[in-house]
Amino acid sequence: MYNIKEAHPVMEFFLQLLVNGISLGFLYALSALGFVMIFKSSSVLNFAHGELLAIGAFLFLVLSAWAKLPIVLAFALTLIGSFTLGFIVERLFLRPLIGEALIEVIMLTVGLAAMFKGLLLFVFGGDIHDYPEFLPEGISLQLGTIQVPSVYVAALIIGIVFLILFGFFFKYSSQGIYMRSVADNQPAALSLGVHVRRVFALSWAIAALVCAMSGIVLGIINGVNVHNLSGIGLKVFPVVILGGLDSIGGAILGGIIIGLLETFTGGYISTSLREIIPYIVLVFILMVRPYGLFGLVEIERV
Amino acid sequence: MKRKVIRNMRKLQFHPCGNFRESYLEELAIFATDFGRLWMLIGLVILFGVIPFISSPFILYVLNTIGIYAIAAIGLNLLIGYTGQISLGHGAFFGVGAYAAAILATRAGFPFWAAVPAAGLVTAAVGMIFGLPSARLKHLYLCIATLAGQFILEYVFIQWEGITGGAEGISVVGATLFGLDLGNDRTFYFVVFACFVVMTWIAINLVRTRFGRAFIAIRDNDRAAEGMGIPIFPYKLLSFAISSFYAGFAGALYAYYMMSITPEPFNLWLSIIFIAMIIIGGLGSIPGSVFGAIFIVILEEVLSHATQYLMNIGATGIGITIAPLREFVFGLAIVLFIIFEPKGLAEVWRIVRSSFRLWPFSY
Repeated sequence: MYNIKEAHPVMEFFLQLLVNGISLGFLYALSALGFVMIFKSSSVLNFAHGELLAIGAFLFLVLSAWAKLPIVLAFALTLIGSFTLGFIVERLFLRPLIGEALIEVIMLTVGLAAMFKGLLLFVFGGDIHDYPEFLPEGISLQLGTIQVPSVYVAALIIGIVFLILFGFFFKYSSQGIYMRSVADNQPAALSLGVHVRRVFALSWAIAALVCAMSGIVLGIINGVNVHNLSGIGLKVFPVVILGGLDSIGGAILGGIIIGLLETFTGGYISTSLREIIPYIVLVFILMVRPYGLFGLVEIERV
Repeated sequence: MKRKVIRNMRKLQFHPCGNFRESYLEELAIFATDFGRLWMLIGLVILFGVIPFISSPFILYVLNTIGIYAIAAIGLNLLIGYTGQISLGHGAFFGVGAYAAAILATRAGFPFWAAVPAAGLVTAAVGMIFGLPSARLKHLYLCIATLAGQFILEYVFIQWEGITGGAEGISVVGATLFGLDLGNDRTFYFVVFACFVVMTWIAINLVRTRFGRAFIAIRDNDRAAEGMGIPIFPYKLLSFAISSFYAGFAGALYAYYMMSITPEPFNLWLSIIFIAMIIIGGLGSIPGSVFGAIFIVILEEVLSHATQYLMNIGATGIGITIAPLREFVFGLAIVLFIIFEPKGLAEVWRIVRSSFRLWPFSY
């Protein structure tokens, strides 16, 4: 007869991994949102994504821990600041490249990543910084024997709110529809009177804002560190490819799948394989289903 | 007709004041004028007869590094600049070459002259494996697939300890060629630059053959190329193989030059540096790849020396704080080149040359 008491530790380990994986996955999904945002409106693959996360996180650090502003005010200022930053980045660096070859745009974001990373390391160093405690303990969850810390609950709430907001934004608001039209066919959108440049600027600004938000959540959980955050910027690739490059719902599901995959590989197989398993899966997905789980099937094969 | 063209070419040629080419043969000529040949001869004499004897060991070290990186950059330019397939995995391919050479030399007892080309062949095979996704994927999807390849290869370097020595790495010492000790900067200079000249010569001629024209056709419009009867996938794979061969060859030279290799240098940053070289030098230009390698290596040396200098004069604090600015300057160079001179240093070189061509009577 199956003995539930003996199976319990194994089961608990499994459940713990499951919860960890889903939480980690939500973080990945959250950090992928800004990436998908930029790709959806301008088809640019943003290698500076991790650095945008880091900039938002550090801006909040400066405002909340160093300038000691009230949390809500610091949060609002961070969002405004990163919105402006996204605007400026688009204006200065991306605007001259509209219509240029893909490799140049990709390399430009690589160059931007190096610039931002160098600047952040110059200003803040490579240490881990911490935010002051501000999340209420009351929102932590108790699932059976497993405790879900309040940060993860906050991440979950932010993720769901954003998913819904973005869904409505892209589906119903005129700006969202402009963005989709520009991503779909730039010349056609132009000829129908869409202000393409404004769409690009706005999408970078919004993406930077979303990045800041994700960066703050990541910073609360792991501490604010340039290397960690820019590393997460590269983890975003398997997540969005799995979910489909232009699908926000797909990014969330992709994030959760990758998160689960990582924690289960780390828990049952080997911890060193854990870091690399998303990329192995990535190669596999690219071979089998390049447009991801929910992406638009428009890839052409030549 | 053909004989007439050949006879015309044998005449001593000077720069015309415009484009007066009448045949494809003239279009394809490497040297538009006989001055080009003369300059190349002078250049070769300076390269092999003058520079190694007047340079200090440090200059020789910088030149050797430039030569090794230039070979890899030429290979990457064949893939990205000529075939239009983006690879973010060349840092790892370079590493595969370095490891293959080190393993062949230490375990299988290969001599230098056999280990280096063999390492190139091993890397070509690995490159073809990671080029397989190009059958279905283009552009950014391929770019992400090679990014994954980079991470997977890095993992293999560290984890496959039985072969690669893990984080400890492998040391390769006491390499000789024709009885010469290759541990010496000056001897190695001759080896590196002899390889460099041969590889450049192969690359320049490769892009003039049917293979090179097929690569360019695929880059410019793959559907049209297929319509014209070019089998796309074999040519893409061939391009991956040639490009990885160059990377592996350069990596093998690097392993012999550094004498010990560890997994750290072959990271994503190295892949990015290779791409930066060909973007700064000029996509689709063989001399451009060399210019890019020169630019990047010198930039890197200048930046690291500036930091060192600041530390030495007692400003250690400043030296440590501005160290990350190296990365910033690097990124800035890439960004500025893409925005202001997307065709790279090769274009700058062309403009400078053509303004001198008709000097002082330029219009």
